[in-house]
Amino acid sequence: MEHAALIPHLFRTESRKIISVLSRLLGMQHIDMAEDIAAETFLAAMETWPFKGVPENPTAGLYSVAKNKAKNYLTRHHVFTEKIAGEIKNNLPGITEIEINLSDKNITDSQLQMLFAVCHPSLSVESQIGLALRILCGFGIDEIATALLSNKETINKRLFCAKEKLRSEKVSIELPHSAEIDARLETVLRTLYLLFSEGYYSESRDTILREELCLEAMRLTYLLIENEQTNHPPVNALLSLMCFHASRFEARKNENGEIILYHDQDKTLWNDALISKAVFYLHQAFRGESLSKYHIEANISYWHTIKADTKEKWEAILQLFNQLLQIEYSPIAALNRTYALSKVKGNHAAITEAEKLQLTGNHFYFTLLGELYKDIDSILSRQHF
Amino acid sequence: MDWIGGIAAQNKFVLGNSLPFDDSRVVWHNQVVTNGSFGEIKETIGGYIIVKANSVEEAVEFAKGCPVLQGDGNSVEVRKIAKRDGVH
Repeated sequence: MEHAALIPHLFRTESRKIISVLSRLLGMQHIDMAEDIAAETFLAAMETWPFKGVPENPTAGLYSVAKNKAKNYLTRHHVFTEKIAGEIKNNLPGITEIEINLSDKNITDSQLQMLFAVCHPSLSVESQIGLALRILCGFGIDEIATALLSNKETINKRLFCAKEKLRSEKVSIELPHSAEIDARLETVLRTLYLLFSEGYYSESRDTILREELCLEAMRLTYLLIENEQTNHPPVNALLSLMCFHASRFEARKNENGEIILYHDQDKTLWNDALISKAVFYLHQAFRGESLSKYHIEANISYWHTIKADTKEKWEAILQLFNQLLQIEYSPIAALNRTYALSKVKGNHAAITEAEKLQLTGNHFYFTLLGELYKDIDSILSRQHF
Repeated sequence: MDWIGGIAAQNKFVLGNSLPFDDSRVVWHNQVVTNGSFGEIKETIGGYIIVKANSVEEAVEFAKGCPVLQGDGNSVEVRKIAKRDGVH
């Protein structure tokens, strides 16, 4: 890779590692400093690599620059607190004993702990997603704004407030105790689920960026699976769900970026490797006792990998939607359930049920009614469409 | 179950359970515990469901769809839940 392309690539994959490791070492108060050091490290690389050549091991080169910069910062900070701030207690570790550990294990641990910090319940979901994209995925402000259909100012402000909140709440970068890990994990999973959906369903035209969002959500979910303390059944269920959806990346959009409905998708474009992975994680997910909404959604996605319209398939999907709605109501699940009902009990029965939903603010509601009336009353059908 | 699914699809389901007889007990007034001798009583309760209905009429409409009503002589009782402020 030429250094012109190499540096942005490394920035994406390596800066987030440096940020997580340094933040964990120094505490949440110094997260901005960690980001600055990561940015400065890459700036230095951009300035020197074109002249001195790319180091043999670029990543190791970057890490050693980052370490030096961190040490310099700490020395300056130490001198400042010693000489000027005097009695104010220095909350940074002493420089003599400092060791900046950029080993693979420490990087993974730090990122996992950072994931829990970023998905702290004191933050709004929007802030959690923004911070995750910035700190854990290494996205630029522009990219975040594009991906979330927002603008730079809003995103900057949101990230600034979120970091302030993490500092003022004194959120520490660590794994929660085993007693509270389930509850905290729930927030983390919800954020990862939304991060994935943001990529999968976003109206944003940037296809590559959208797919990256999904892949990042999958990478972070996988971090949870790799660690014994967080490898819980719902995590496996969520990853399974993501793999099922991701297996249809190629098939669900045409060359103009328009959605191809499931029914019209070319099955040969489905990614079989991802489907096998999804099935594997779904099996893993059913080892425990718990049944999360991710279990049910993954199970529904499993049935959708069978393209033939069998009675068995739709009956199973209908029952799964019945269960899902009992765990958590959502308008889209209600609409999907009604569609499944039409496949099992016919359009007349489904229309009666659909009319009870009264989701008149939802355009998919009318799409559904239009679809259900299609074979019964073409005039009514068109009115709904 | 389609009946509960239909209520849940309207966002009106709160919770529900069927109450199976397996491994059930009856606790009597004098602290005597027996393995459910349900044969002696005329009525049994098979389950309950809590719904969010705007009126008793709406709740009755939900109840009409309950599958136990397919059994001859079965019934569904519709009751309000007492609020903690003492108002029903």
